[in-house]
Amino acid sequence: MSSRDAILGRIRRSLGASGVDATRLAAVRHRLTETPVNVVPARGQLPAAERVELFVRKASDIFATVARIDHRDDIPAAVADYLRGRNLPQAIRRGEDPRLAGLPWQREAQLAVAIGPSAGQDLAGLSYADAGVAETGTVVLTSGVNNPTTLNFLPDHHIVVVDASTVAGDYETVWADLRRRFGAGAMPRTVNLVTGPSRSADIEETLLLGAHGPRSLHILVVG
Amino acid sequence: MSGSLTSSSFPKNASAALANPPLLKAIAHIEETLVSGRRRAVDALPEFEALRDAGRDIKAHTLKHIDLYLETFERKVVEAGGFVHWAADAAEANRIILEICQATGAHRVTKGKSMITEEVGLNAFLKENGITPVETDLGEYIIQLRGETPSHIIAPAVHVNKEQVAADFRRAHADLDPTRNLDEPVSLLAEARGVLRERFLSADVGITGANFLVAETGSTVIVTNEGNGDLTQILPKTHIVLASIEKVVPTLEDVATIMRLLARSATGQEMSVYTTFSTGPRRADDPDGPEAFHVVLLDNGRSAMLGSEFEDMLRCIRCGACINHCPVYRSIGGHAYGSVYPGPMGSVLTPSLQGLEKSAHLANASTLCGRCESVCPMRIPLPKMLRHWREKEFERHLTPKKARFGLAAWRFLAARPRLYGVATRLAAWSLARLAGKDGALGQVPLAGGWTRWRDLPAPEGGTFRTEWAKRGRK
Amino acid sequence: MTTSKPRVGLFVTCLVDFFRPTVGFSAVKLLEDAGCEVSVPPAQTCCGQPAYNSGDRAGARALAEQVIALFEGFDHVVIPSGSCAGMIKVHYPNLFSGEPAWQLRAERLASKTHELTSFLVDVLGAAPMLVAWEGTATYHDSCSGLRELGVKAQPRHLLSAVDGLAVREMRDPEACCGFGGAFCVKYDEISNAIVDRKATDVRATGADLLLSGDLGCLLNIAGKLKREGSKVEVRHVAEVLAGMTSGPAIGEGRK
Repeated sequence: MSSRDAILGRIRRSLGASGVDATRLAAVRHRLTETPVNVVPARGQLPAAERVELFVRKASDIFATVARIDHRDDIPAAVADYLRGRNLPQAIRRGEDPRLAGLPWQREAQLAVAIGPSAGQDLAGLSYADAGVAETGTVVLTSGVNNPTTLNFLPDHHIVVVDASTVAGDYETVWADLRRRFGAGAMPRTVNLVTGPSRSADIEETLLLGAHGPRSLHILVVG
Repeated sequence: MSGSLTSSSFPKNASAALANPPLLKAIAHIEETLVSGRRRAVDALPEFEALRDAGRDIKAHTLKHIDLYLETFERKVVEAGGFVHWAADAAEANRIILEICQATGAHRVTKGKSMITEEVGLNAFLKENGITPVETDLGEYIIQLRGETPSHIIAPAVHVNKEQVAADFRRAHADLDPTRNLDEPVSLLAEARGVLRERFLSADVGITGANFLVAETGSTVIVTNEGNGDLTQILPKTHIVLASIEKVVPTLEDVATIMRLLARSATGQEMSVYTTFSTGPRRADDPDGPEAFHVVLLDNGRSAMLGSEFEDMLRCIRCGACINHCPVYRSIGGHAYGSVYPGPMGSVLTPSLQGLEKSAHLANASTLCGRCESVCPMRIPLPKMLRHWREKEFERHLTPKKARFGLAAWRFLAARPRLYGVATRLAAWSLARLAGKDGALGQVPLAGGWTRWRDLPAPEGGTFRTEWAKRGRK
Repeated sequence: MTTSKPRVGLFVTCLVDFFRPTVGFSAVKLLEDAGCEVSVPPAQTCCGQPAYNSGDRAGARALAEQVIALFEGFDHVVIPSGSCAGMIKVHYPNLFSGEPAWQLRAERLASKTHELTSFLVDVLGAAPMLVAWEGTATYHDSCSGLRELGVKAQPRHLLSAVDGLAVREMRDPEACCGFGGAFCVKYDEISNAIVDRKATDVRATGADLLLSGDLGCLLNIAGKLKREGSKVEVRHVAEVLAGMTSGPAIGEGRK
């Protein structure tokens, strides 16, 4: 007997249950297709403007920095500002996201923009988040050619753009959106929920930023 | 404090720990970091108790249907292009992982932090077979250099101080400039980051655990703060996930609920920095991510816990709150337990994993104060289960003879109220006399365990029942 | 009139019976002053908790039968200990699972069993007695009373009426004292480390009196404080509430 069958058999014996029991199968099918929502904190259930404010506050609480800009066209300048403010070279790596591709990068003549995944040599990466979550100041990033996952982890500085209109109150709203875009039960290879810059408290429980991932997370909220 | 201690020598291990001031100082930090952090996070979320109920209910439902959810999970992983392997025990899990590494010709393996790989002893096994995996979580990396095991499930190096870490790095990092200052945690972190960055970029296989397996989507989920787990799984060609079967949950909504409990209970964060869902290998036009994705589902005794008095333990999400709040753990640290998992959750789980004979001390080394249960995000009745193990010991005559005799004598006496009255009256009178005017005794025959550390307050003299009877009361 | 008084069976506990009858008399006084008719069944011994927590279920069950038979006739059973009250209230029904007749009796007894301060406040809504105690006290929350029975506010509420008494909370009053029944002698070094922290927390308050509702904890903490040469007095909360504080405190010598 395969280990698979042995394990499933032992489980069913322990539970005194059968793998073809219609009631059990129906209960599981119901849960997987209806995906009932459990307890959602009230804190994120706010009108749009306040939701974005909560997102900004929560992200700042966990050591992310946040800048608000009015239009996507302001992104190149905001990126250049951030790099200048941190005394970083004017260079950024991003993916092929059309929302980033069509921007007036030429306005920042000094800024070198590389495109594609990171091999570990980049100081700053730029990504476009699918969503923000106000509840905890979290940004949601999905893998793919538009926003390669390596950009989320290898550069020392990670700049993430979030449209204010995509800032949700809770994770459940984000899940619904993922199902709408990728199909029920399907996911892109990697979905990253990022809440602040990388940190560790493994040495004498001293909190330090920038353990293995980015030392700083800068969020640009558009709109 | 090596990791080679056993649970059978628990009292000796505990003595050694109590005589280790740097260790005690390190554990004492837990109060102001993890414990007060949890308190603040819980106080800031009015729905926390309701989430605990919901978390418990999710796991209870899942465990009742776990066979079906595992089958669904497997199907979804395969649909996404991944492989699922089933391992009945530790040896099989190790063998499967080794075979995957060998099939890819892997030489360099990195690992994200994972207690389950500690449970199966993966590092030692791979090393015996010519592959040395590099731990990449900072704490795990430090203890790997020291040849130790984790002393805490979420803060593996909590017992190590910064001077020790500096010495370990100087010993292990051949290229380290001897004049470089490593006095502060921040410079130690920079040193480790540099060394490990090389390892991440050159690894052939990355191995992680999982905090959740999502049946709905076939995703495995890791929750970390450093980002090492992500670098471990997105850079190498092959990503292997080792996860025990009870990590499965039905849906993304269920993950969200338990996620809200996990970090708050563990570190007092509202959310860990990185919560990552991995589904299959990289897609055709993905520019990065692993080309192969394997999930190894481990049983290792868990299927036998279903339907037993220990089933509730399978709700555990390994947050460590019970450990942080345990007065025993806080006195001796994690290594003294001599088990992979320390503290209350470890004392419940370990006898199932390594047998009651080898771990008989663990369930007894608790005051049953109940604080573990009061902070457990999944409302696991840990004291009740510790008591279950004590009952099993008693049934199987593993309880020490002296204790058995004492219990039998007490039971004999307590079941005979008249005799009990005479005996207690005599004993109280004698002790009171022995104490004289002092009111307390520094030494009492047969009570060495008590009087070695404390005085024994003397009885007032007569027992309550005799004094009551003297007053003509009923 | 006498028939309308609630009939209370007092389970004094083996520790109070043996070490500190004053706690029993204090409990009687508090209950009688609150209008109860108090009886002390003379055949009472032990609730069975030592056996229960040592894995001897059969031994615990035998003693539980004895307690049920002795006390089921009262309107209420009151116990000056959260730990023994928790044993009857929370654990007795489990001891008889699968035996409906006994389980019913255990459940009935459980439903009318109360820890002393919780009975006075939650059940009787009794007005605190007019007593005085000049000084500062700190209160240790015993584990079973706190976490099994929710005893936390009740003793503090009653103490707030004691004339001249100020309560100053210690750091983490809900932390275990390290007693744990057999634990304190079986794993005495660990128990000592735990009670050492408790004694430090008690001393740090600067209070001159430590109170709690469980004699096991009190003997443990008093023994530690005494060994350290501390002058902090240790008493069961009932003693202060009943004004029965003329005798020596726990572990104190006779003057």
